[in-house]
Amino acid sequence: MTLRDLRPGQKGTVTAVSAEGAMKRRIMDMGVTPGVEVKVVKTAPLGDPVEVRVRGYELSLRKDEAAWVQVEMRAEVSRN
Amino acid sequence: MSRTYGEKKASPEGQGGREGKPEGDVVIALAGNPNCGKTTLFNEITGSKQHVGNWPGVTVEKKEGIYRKDKRVHILDLPGTYSLSPYSAEEVVARDYIVREKPNAVINLVDAASMERNLYLTVQLLETGIPMVVAMNMMDEVELRGDKIDCAGLSGALGVPVIPVEARTGKGLDGLMEAAVRVAREGRKPARPDIFNKELADAIRAVADELGDRSSDEDIWRAIKLAEHDEIIAGEVPAYKKEAVETLVKAADQASGGDGEAGIADSRYRYIGKLVRQWVTKSGEEHKETRSHKLDKILTNRILALPIFAGIMYLLFACTFSENFLLIPDLPSPGVYLAGSVEEAWGLAAEAVVAAVEGLGASPWAVGLVTSCLDGIGAVFGFLPLVLVLFLLLSFLEDSGYMARVAFVMDRIFRHFGLSGRSFIPMLMGFGCSVPALMASRTLESEKDRKITMMITPFMSCGAKLPIYAMFAATLFGDGNQTVIVFSVYMLGIAVAIVSALLLNRFVFRSEASGFIMELPQYRIPTAKSVAIHGWEKVKGFAVKAGTVIFGSTVLIWFLSGFNFGGMCQMEESLLASIGNGIKWIFAPLGFGDWRASVGVVTGWIAKENIVATFGQVFGNVSEETVEAVMAGKAALPAIGQVFTRASAYSYMVFNLLCMPCFAAVGAMRREYGSWKWTLRAIGFQMATAYVVALVVYVGGSMVL
Repeated sequence: MTLRDLRPGQKGTVTAVSAEGAMKRRIMDMGVTPGVEVKVVKTAPLGDPVEVRVRGYELSLRKDEAAWVQVEMRAEVSRN
Repeated sequence: MSRTYGEKKASPEGQGGREGKPEGDVVIALAGNPNCGKTTLFNEITGSKQHVGNWPGVTVEKKEGIYRKDKRVHILDLPGTYSLSPYSAEEVVARDYIVREKPNAVINLVDAASMERNLYLTVQLLETGIPMVVAMNMMDEVELRGDKIDCAGLSGALGVPVIPVEARTGKGLDGLMEAAVRVAREGRKPARPDIFNKELADAIRAVADELGDRSSDEDIWRAIKLAEHDEIIAGEVPAYKKEAVETLVKAADQASGGDGEAGIADSRYRYIGKLVRQWVTKSGEEHKETRSHKLDKILTNRILALPIFAGIMYLLFACTFSENFLLIPDLPSPGVYLAGSVEEAWGLAAEAVVAAVEGLGASPWAVGLVTSCLDGIGAVFGFLPLVLVLFLLLSFLEDSGYMARVAFVMDRIFRHFGLSGRSFIPMLMGFGCSVPALMASRTLESEKDRKITMMITPFMSCGAKLPIYAMFAATLFGDGNQTVIVFSVYMLGIAVAIVSALLLNRFVFRSEASGFIMELPQYRIPTAKSVAIHGWEKVKGFAVKAGTVIFGSTVLIWFLSGFNFGGMCQMEESLLASIGNGIKWIFAPLGFGDWRASVGVVTGWIAKENIVATFGQVFGNVSEETVEAVMAGKAALPAIGQVFTRASAYSYMVFNLLCMPCFAAVGAMRREYGSWKWTLRAIGFQMATAYVVALVVYVGGSMVL
C-alpha cells in the first residue's frame, strides 16, 4: 500500500520511494526515507494535498505524490 | 570549544567571493532551511545595514550586510533550502556560492524543533568541507516539549562548534559570531563525517581520484554529487574522463543498493538518526499537542478553513486598496490613506517648487521640465505606501507560518493551471495595483512559478484601468449594459491569465514540474522588528530600482508629447503624435488604426488612467472637470465615437488591459526578475497576448455587435 491510502490518524512505516528523478530526490530530501515512521494528520479542505507528520515536523504533499511512497501500515499503539 | 576541527589550514588561494574586500575582512554566509529563523538572525546580526538584490539571472533574493559589531565581517544570507540538490534555483545558488565563491565560513542555522530534517542540510554543508558553525535556534520550543539537546556532545560528533541561540531575542548571538569569526579567520575545516558505508565511501573516493585528488574537498564533493546523479556536475566532467567516471559511478550505485541518489539521501538520514538518538533526550510525550497544532486545527479545519482564508485575503486586499474600508463608505484603508497623504503632500511641494521656478522667470519649457520631473518622482512616491502596507501584512503572514497554509488550501485549484496556491496572493492584489502585486510574487516557492505569475499578474485588471472602461461604457455602451461590459473585461483578464499559465507551463517551462512537497511550519508570532525591516526593504528596493525606470520613462513621454523639432507644441503636433501616426497601421487590424488611439496606448504606460486625460485633450480639448467625470463614468466623451465603434472600443479596452502595464509595474517587474532579459520577455509576451486577444475580440465583436 502507499501513503496515499492511509487515512488521517493512521500511521505507517515507509518501505520504499518509487518515484524517479527530481520527485524522488525531493521526497527523500524532506526526510521520507525507507524505515521512517509517517502519520497522516489531515487532508486539506478541498480534499488534497495531505499533511503528514514525519521526523518531528509537518510535511504536505499531493495525493499523487504520496502515491509514490510505499508504506506498511502500523497498528495504532498507545505509548507510555 | 577550543578543539581542533580537522587538520588542514585554509589555503591562501581560492579567496573567490571575497575579492574586493580589504585584507583582514571575512565573509560569512548564513545557510539554513526555510522557516528556521534565518531572516531574523540576519536582521539581528546586521541591524539595518543591508543590501538587497538578486542573484544573477534568477528571481532569488540576495541579501548582504555587515556585522553591526565589526565592520570587517561581511554577512551574506543564502536562500533558504532543505538540501543542496540541483533541482531548484535556490539550491543551485546556495551550493554554487559555497563551493565556488568559498566564503570564509558558513553559519548553519538549525531549527532545533525539527532537528532531523534541518541536520540534513548540515550534513550536506559538511560534505563541501567549508569551515562552519552550527547555530541551534528555537531551543525554547524544544525545552517546552520537554526534550533536551546536548549541544556539546553534538559538536564533538559533527566536528564543528554547535551554539544554542535565540534569533528572536538576540540571545547567544555574540558567542555565535565570535565562534564564526574565529573559525573563518583560522579557516578551520570540519573533518568529513563518516556518513556512507565502506563500499560507498570507497566508490566515492575512487570517483574523486578520477576527477583529481581524493584529498581535495572540491573533488570529494563533486564525487558525492556524481554518485547522486547530479546532472549539473556530470555536465562539467571533461569529455575524456566521462567514460571512466561513469563506470565508477555505477560502482557507487551498486554499493548503495542500486540507486546512488536514494542511497546517499538514505545514508545521510541514517547518520542523522544516530546523532539524534545519541544527543537528544526525548521526554517520551511525543504526542503532546503544541499551541501551534491547536491553532492549525482551527485555521485549516475542513469547514472553517475556507471562510477564514477568504476573510484574511479580504483584509489583506482591503487594508491596502479599499476606499470603503471594512465596508464603511468613504473610510480609506491604511494603504489608501497613506497614499493619498503622500500624493497630497507631494502635490503641494511640487506646486511650490513650480511657482518658485516660474517666479525666477524661467521659460515655459523649463517649467514644463521641472513639472514633469516632479510628476515622475511623485509617481514613484505614490506607490510607496501601498508597497509598505502590503508588505507589512505579507511578511506577517509569511513569518507567522500562515503563508504555507495558503498554498496548502489553494493548491487543489491552482495546480490545474500549473501554478502554486501562493500565486493566489499576487493575482488577487493585481486587482488593486500591479506594483505591489508583482513584488508579492517573491513569496512563491519556485523560480518557474514566480516567473509565470509575474507575466500574468498584470492581466488582473488594476484599479487604474477602470476609468478607461468607464469612459467607453458611458460613451458607447450607454444602454444599461455598462456593468456587464466592465465585468466582462475583468473576467476576460482572468481567463487570459489562466490560459497563459497553461500555455507557458506547457510550452515555455516544459521541463520544470512543480511539485507540492513542502513543509507546513509551526505557527510563530513574528517579531515587529523583522516585519518592519522587511516592509522597509521592499519600499527602499522599489524606490531605488523601479524608481529610475519610472522617472526616466515619465520624463521621456512628457518630452515626446509636448515637443517637436521646432520646440514646444500642442500634443496634436508633438513627436508623440508623429509616432502615433507612424505606428497606427499596426493597430488597424484591431479596429483602432488612429493616431489618437495609438498615443493613448503610449501615455497609458505612464499610468493607465492617463488614457482618459489624453483622449480628453486630443478629442476636442475638454475641461479637466469633464475628464474627472468621464473617469468616474458619470459623463460621456462623444467625440471618441469618431474613431471607435463598439467592437473597436471593446478591443481597445482589452488591448490596454493586457498589453505592457504602466512603467511603475515594469519597474517592479525589472526589480523582481532581476534582469532586463526576463522583463523584456514578459513584456513581449504581454504585448503579443494583447494583440492576439484584441484581434480576436475585434473580429468576433464586429460580427456580433
